[in-house]
Amino acid sequence: MKMPLPDQSVLEKRDMLVRRLKEIVQNPNGVIDQEAGLRAFECDGLSAYRQLPMVAVLPETKQEICEILKFCKTEGVNVVPRGAGTSLSGGALPLADGVLLGLAKFSKIIEIDYENRCAVVQPGVTNLAITDAVKADGFYYAPDPSSQIACTIGGNVAENSGGVHCLKYGLTTNNVLGVEMITMDGDIIQFGGKHLDAEGYDLMGVVTGSEGLLGVITEVTVRLLKSPKHISAQLIGFPSSEQAGECVGKIIGAGIIPAGMEMMDYYAIHAAEEFCHAGYPLDVEALLIVELDGPEVEIEHNNQAIEKIAKECGATVIKLSQSEEERLTFWAGRKAAFPAIGRISPDYMCMDGTIPRNQLPKVLARMGELSEHYGLRVANVFHAGDGNLHPLILFDANIPGELEKCEEFGADILRLCVEVGGVLTGEHGVGVEKRDLMNEMFSEADLKQQQRLKCAFDPDGRLNPGKVFPILHRCAELSKMHVHNGALPFPDIPRF
Amino acid sequence: MEIFNITAEDQVLDLLQWALSNSKRLAIAGNDSKVALGRPMDVDATLSLSGLSGIEMYEPAELVMKAKAGTLVTLVEEELAASGQQLAFTPPDYGPLLGQPAGLGTLGGVFVPNLSGSSRIKAGAARDHLLGVNGFTGRGEAFQTGSRVMKNVTGYDLCKLVAGSYGTLAICTSLTFKVLPKSEKIRTVLVYGVTLEASVAIMRDALSSVHEVSAAAYMPAVIATKTGIDYLEGDAPAVALKIEGPAPSVEYRCTALLKLFEGQGHVEELHGHRSRALWKYLSDVRPFSENLKSNIWKISIPPSNAPAYVKAISSALSGLEYFLDWAGGLVWVSVPEGIENAGNTIIRKNLKGSGHATLIRASEQLRKEIPPFQPQNPVIAKISERIREGYDPQRILNPERMYPIVEI
Repeated sequence: MKMPLPDQSVLEKRDMLVRRLKEIVQNPNGVIDQEAGLRAFECDGLSAYRQLPMVAVLPETKQEICEILKFCKTEGVNVVPRGAGTSLSGGALPLADGVLLGLAKFSKIIEIDYENRCAVVQPGVTNLAITDAVKADGFYYAPDPSSQIACTIGGNVAENSGGVHCLKYGLTTNNVLGVEMITMDGDIIQFGGKHLDAEGYDLMGVVTGSEGLLGVITEVTVRLLKSPKHISAQLIGFPSSEQAGECVGKIIGAGIIPAGMEMMDYYAIHAAEEFCHAGYPLDVEALLIVELDGPEVEIEHNNQAIEKIAKECGATVIKLSQSEEERLTFWAGRKAAFPAIGRISPDYMCMDGTIPRNQLPKVLARMGELSEHYGLRVANVFHAGDGNLHPLILFDANIPGELEKCEEFGADILRLCVEVGGVLTGEHGVGVEKRDLMNEMFSEADLKQQQRLKCAFDPDGRLNPGKVFPILHRCAELSKMHVHNGALPFPDIPRF
Repeated sequence: MEIFNITAEDQVLDLLQWALSNSKRLAIAGNDSKVALGRPMDVDATLSLSGLSGIEMYEPAELVMKAKAGTLVTLVEEELAASGQQLAFTPPDYGPLLGQPAGLGTLGGVFVPNLSGSSRIKAGAARDHLLGVNGFTGRGEAFQTGSRVMKNVTGYDLCKLVAGSYGTLAICTSLTFKVLPKSEKIRTVLVYGVTLEASVAIMRDALSSVHEVSAAAYMPAVIATKTGIDYLEGDAPAVALKIEGPAPSVEYRCTALLKLFEGQGHVEELHGHRSRALWKYLSDVRPFSENLKSNIWKISIPPSNAPAYVKAISSALSGLEYFLDWAGGLVWVSVPEGIENAGNTIIRKNLKGSGHATLIRASEQLRKEIPPFQPQNPVIAKISERIREGYDPQRILNPERMYPIVEI
């Protein structure tokens, strides 16, 4: 994985840049230029890739951000925005010649507005802190990425984060009402607010999931939902993953949209059960957790239907949670699946493709073949409802060549996802991790169309370069157009 | 003016090449049901996609459908209904509101302007259901964005850019979208005789309850009477709350809501058939499709601002009629003809910076004189123009339908 070559002319003026940034940022500790301090920012959740930033700044006001961005633009310096640094795709990986712009100081909940069922928060507020702030009044914020205890809402918007409840409640993009952003020119702009839909182009929609390449998010208005009164979960075990996949399709086909529907394969079940004794059956090949929420009568009604479908699909184990405690135990295993895998292998890499659900048996079978080919084990956890697959490839980084082998295996899995009609990433983002695989999913022409959006926001390409796109074309090059010598075409089209 | 009736995708490419090399500007149309929405355009030809029709892929268990842009929404809905599914954002049919027959709307015509009906507050907007787009930019280049799966964060979400662009960036030829199960049962709880302020409080409480209300509207007496639905003709204003889902759940939640609001006014319950008719009537803005001479505004605001906003504009514009949807977050306003500039200044100034107003129906002259779309912040206008520059550098696609060209 190659990053853009550092700009020597920028590195040469580092002392001046640091001095000027210290003039902009009021907090005497707000500019970090010593190696010890910079170590804290050298990587994000994708720790296989590390790079010290040239300098890190932690502004405390919007005005400071405006000034920093304007200054960097004038000086030709790249900027990498960072929230909590939990990205699993290297979205916040620093650049050797770049300013790391940390938003951690923006951690206030500005307003909770029950009249309009929304909250206005600064980008450094954690995902879970929003729910915690409104929980006592019976509300919550729906998207729940598994890093929700640490990840911040600014990062959630930048990555369009998901979670286990996406099928029913959507991703971040479906739960954000407004975004305030500062452009590379230092302009503060507001998209949306407490009202619905955009007045012109849906720029909030494209900024969501733009991985820090379009602007720096400074405020977010999120939709609050009333917490459901009742929640229940069923554990359903199957002798094969095909049967489990069929069951998922039939549940949805019956008109039931569960709040969450997770699948684990043999490896993942065993690792999780050993780790936290969730009561998972060990004699099944695939396990589903199906969670329903809503009024008790509805849950009962749908649970009965699900049980019937599960039996028809050959389920050998069906267990309905009898208490809130038991429901949480069912989930504890799934939620601990990653650390549990960490126990049985020195290292693991988590992949994140999405596939059409009916392709699951084919994808699992091919993954088994690949596993044999590479000589690396793979465990699967799967957001079954929406087709988002998280294969965990087990490897040992201490064995020379094994990391590279694991990366190749991962790339093969993602290629397979695209081949069956799916996508490279369902919720973790492209970042640097999947950057060089973008050509597997998009043609060069399609990637250029995406970069034209980038040119409208950040024509100099200063924000988070080296992420998402394998090659970032110059905007001047992208604006060229070749017009053919077009005569009036197709005499065969009916005209009036 | 020439009209090109497209019947295959490659014809679009040929036509774009011709337009680009001869500096011809194109209006992009389906069945023309919304041709009178937006700024009047100065174009050389119309490219009609109504012949580009048909469902290309439908997998009910995967909750996904792909269809060509000119496919009728009614046809899609029929096909979905046969498998017990629906478009959850309740696509509205603005045809009759704009003086056209009902049922002409195409898929492109709901997704590209991002139009959603009453259920938008719970189910999300059209844009939230759009998963993938195939089409051509104003550069004459084919493109595809998004995919067919529910969860996808690979690259920029250009589907969001397409939804709401009114054909000013690209010509969409196929759309892939999420579909959802049709509710087994639907009912409507009515609360009569409540004031505007009380209605917004009721809708707030309903949406803040655990009862999963999927749509909430307020009809002043004059609008309630127009619906022609039994139970609503008593010349009383009414709040309507839509509840849907499995039968036992709907019954339970209806009972709970009736009990919750029985102290606020007379309460009543509409069953399936009447419920469906009422919500279709409101989503399609039928209260204002009888007298086609009035000017119609669609105003999106924070729901709690609705009472003060409606009071302010009502006292300044005599003869104004309105109703609320989206729990107060959507104000539909009819301004009688003859009022200067359709009340533009009053309608927009009273938003006080929160929300936006679109002039959905007005004479061509009026749509030339006042901006149908909410004027934008200059920085956002500039970014939007740069986006147009990127995808349609010659401004040949629906030129200036949304906004006049600004300097970049």
